[in-house]
Amino acid sequence: MDARNIDYEYSRLILPVGPVHPSLKEPVNLSVTVVNEEIVDVNVKLNYIYRGIEYLAERRNIAQTIYLVERICGLCSQAHSLTFIQALEEIANIQPPERAEFIRVICAELERIHSHMLLLGVVAYDIGLDTLFMYAFKSRETVMDLLEKISGKRVHHDLNTIGGVRFDIDEDLRRLIIKELKYVKRNLDYISEVLEDATVENRLREVGVLPSKIAEELSVVGPTARGSGLTKDVRFNRSYSVYRDYKNSFKIVVLKDGDCLARVKIRVLEVYESISLIETLLDNMPDTPIRIGERILKIIKRIPVGEAISIVEAPRGQLAHYVYTNGGEGLKRLSVRTPTIPNITAVKYMLMHRQIADIPVVFSSIDPCISCANRVTVTDAAKNKTIIVNLENLRRRM
Amino acid sequence: MNITGKARLKSPWLFHLNTGSCNGCDIEILAALTPRYDAERFGCMLVASIRHADILLLTGPVTTQMHERLLRVYEQMPEPKAVVAVGSCAVSGGVYTGSPVVDGPADKFMPVDVYVAGCPPRPEAIVKGILEALRKFR
Repeated sequence: MDARNIDYEYSRLILPVGPVHPSLKEPVNLSVTVVNEEIVDVNVKLNYIYRGIEYLAERRNIAQTIYLVERICGLCSQAHSLTFIQALEEIANIQPPERAEFIRVICAELERIHSHMLLLGVVAYDIGLDTLFMYAFKSRETVMDLLEKISGKRVHHDLNTIGGVRFDIDEDLRRLIIKELKYVKRNLDYISEVLEDATVENRLREVGVLPSKIAEELSVVGPTARGSGLTKDVRFNRSYSVYRDYKNSFKIVVLKDGDCLARVKIRVLEVYESISLIETLLDNMPDTPIRIGERILKIIKRIPVGEAISIVEAPRGQLAHYVYTNGGEGLKRLSVRTPTIPNITAVKYMLMHRQIADIPVVFSSIDPCISCANRVTVTDAAKNKTIIVNLENLRRRM
Repeated sequence: MNITGKARLKSPWLFHLNTGSCNGCDIEILAALTPRYDAERFGCMLVASIRHADILLLTGPVTTQMHERLLRVYEQMPEPKAVVAVGSCAVSGGVYTGSPVVDGPADKFMPVDVYVAGCPPRPEAIVKGILEALRKFR
């Protein structure tokens, strides 16, 4: 081995980022291989917060599972429970009252606003722009207040129930929501002005580029796909609930650049669209009861054996639940596919041949939600095959 | 009390560790540091390394994967140290009680000084929890 080769071997280094790391809010491990500061390989390890939610859901009754499913993720709690309830209502053949569907969608859109605001704050924090971080959180608190006024809770709303919702939006609250959203809109104008700034643009433009061809191959979803020029939105392509009738009150936002700046800007533009959709929905709310009269413990007794898949657009992209009931108040199988799983595979492509300093901002620009994305898979390296562990195997391993 | 002890009371540095929480408590801790609730008026600061921290904010029921890492983080913390368990999961296991991959709650295998209940607790409650933990340093 000559001297040049030795130099090369010593400069190649595996750098573990995580699971406990200052720039990550959640435990995830990125093993980054670097050669002279240049990233040549990325491996993502996700299973640090595997909590066995699907295992628990199969051992509880449906009324309890609604609250468990909501706690898969703190940021898309309304999206998760909406998906689960829609699947259950399809199996039980229950049609919720129209007003209930309006309230569900209004809350889901409010949640999209506060989740996108969080991403703006986190990206700003990662590029060292603490002022914008504080500013985004200030207007986020306004939305959190509205959600608290509707449901009584800030993060997990416990709003949906089979055949309707538990809390109503009355006239005073309706006026308050419209007034406060105007304030959020004003703040957002300022935030988009800050994002036009040359410093932000220099830091984010051309960083973590994901071309639309690669995005399509990796089947990324949500704002990450729309930032790469793909027109993917469940609310349009496979619309559900009240989105069927109100498709024209908001637009799909698509940007072509595919870099971090595009992914951040798309969030700002989507918040504008969500605000205009909420205003339209609040003006057109029908005057029906908010839930069917039957009690939930009676409803779950008459849910038959059946299976259903329900798909909604969560703040981070397409979220799917597969529900298989056992006919005896419980579930035989619950399977959750969250938007972070396809999106996180794109991180490897985005980081390739970039600098170490780009890791935090690229990673947070896809808005990862690690608590959603934990699976048990076993890879047999010798035979080169991957198996998903089933329940029997899992029990033996414990 | 010596001069470092007095300084510590005026500027408790925090470290936040997620051991399997659903993110709800984590964003509420972040919200507690931002202008509306402003924990920084008590001198609190979120630090990047556990070796600089005085108070460990713990969220989540401790999963099997994070169990060993939590103990390692706790051992690396300099004395005197205080631990605040934030959220129902960290206090009692919460909705994840009975899962075979959850080892917690954390007080089974390490000392916890302050419990902040709620799913998730309000930012005001988290600020109160931090102030309660400061009593240990008096």
